[in-house]
Amino acid sequence: MSDELRGAVAAGVLGAEENYRTLLRSIVEVARAIFNAKASSVFLLDEAADELVFEAVAGEGSESLVGRRFPSSTGIAGFVLVSRQPLVIEDVLEDPRFSRETAESTGFVPKGLMAVPLLHEERALGVLEVLDRPSDARFTLAEMELLGLFASQAAIALDLLQRARRAQAALAGDGELAVLARLAAALEGRREEGSEDSAFGLLAELEKLL
Amino acid sequence: MTEEPLPAWSLPADAVERIALPEAWPGRITREWAWGGATGAGVRVCVLDSGVETDHPQVGEVQQSIAISLDGETVIVEDEDTAGDLCGHGTACAGVIRSLAPDCEVASVRVLGAGFTGSGAILLEGLRWAVAQGYDVINMSLSTTKQKFASLLHELADTAYFRRTMVVASAHNMPVDSYPWRFSSVISVGSHELSDPFAYYYNPTPPVEFFARGVDVEVAWLGGGRLVCTGNSFATPHIAGIAALVLSKHRELTPFQLKSVLYLTASNVGDGS
Repeated sequence: MSDELRGAVAAGVLGAEENYRTLLRSIVEVARAIFNAKASSVFLLDEAADELVFEAVAGEGSESLVGRRFPSSTGIAGFVLVSRQPLVIEDVLEDPRFSRETAESTGFVPKGLMAVPLLHEERALGVLEVLDRPSDARFTLAEMELLGLFASQAAIALDLLQRARRAQAALAGDGELAVLARLAAALEGRREEGSEDSAFGLLAELEKLL
Repeated sequence: MTEEPLPAWSLPADAVERIALPEAWPGRITREWAWGGATGAGVRVCVLDSGVETDHPQVGEVQQSIAISLDGETVIVEDEDTAGDLCGHGTACAGVIRSLAPDCEVASVRVLGAGFTGSGAILLEGLRWAVAQGYDVINMSLSTTKQKFASLLHELADTAYFRRTMVVASAHNMPVDSYPWRFSSVISVGSHELSDPFAYYYNPTPPVEFFARGVDVEVAWLGGGRLVCTGNSFATPHIAGIAALVLSKHRELTPFQLKSVLYLTASNVGDGS
């Protein structure tokens, strides 16, 4: 619970979802730029449903795919998530099934893809895919390392955002911490009016009482 | 009269003869000695993965297809898994192994496909089942980051090692702790960039023990297809395949001896010949 309370304060309660989307979008844009690729996308693991959810896309592929769900342990993304191993497919020599599967999950048929698990501490949070890097450049282990480093950073960002999301859920509607959200919103309002002193004084007294 | 058991915990002076090794080791171990003329025949290799497509031209016959799943805490072993390969990866690994050791037996033990939740527990049970079967080599490109499975996996890896089953596992190429590749009773494998499938290097700075071909590898994939792939999980079956070759020629080797042979024949040890 204390984690959620801290998260609630850190997330500033309001607007977290929008920030969340912006950061995810930024992550896939940067991934695409780093590798000079045609597209990049990120799948988040929905642990409750045990599914991978298409969360963000940059470049080719359809925004309408966002929100689509896939089995969490089949296909390329599922394998990468469960095995915790990055997988790079550089060239599709002959494989109708690969093409169909990736078209369904990316919106177009790539010639190759890099998929890397997003790991934070013990947890696997999702999968990042980078599609169609320039085909004239031979893949190197240095790129693999770069992919791993970038994935580690992306995973930390995702972890922070998921915490914010959980905190927001706890604070929303009839959640048991919802009163804190209302309190925070009220304080923010007072601050904007320039009359927060008395409100904070009251909170300080309440803290002493608790 | 029953034969006197071999010494297990200590070695009395009069028992030295009884542990005489069946292998005559030459002064210098060469690749010719290690696997010259070998095909992998008689060696049972288990691919613990996403399943293996049967009759893929690059894989050939799959002698056994098993699926492991969990219903609550009950382990379900499906003897005749007909789901095939749910990703393509297991087929790729089996194809690499067969490209090096064409006559080895391949057993597919599928531990993927039942969802992400519980996948660590299924991996553990799959390995437990495979170790109990006494396969000669277990190829696993899977790992778990869950600490709660670490000690159980460690125990299983050691059990395999003592029962002469060589577990060959993909090392992680990201800065995370995952298992079982980090355990010293398995062979952990990372990638090098060369295209020679028989080029492999001993790494003097573990935990990764060997580097094998893992970049731009042409592998078998679903529907009889082929892909060019990169990843430590393709380096691993190269070492598993070479291990199968060595074991098919030298049946008595323990995992310790097998590791020693791989070390002595590595591309960066001696002259790598």
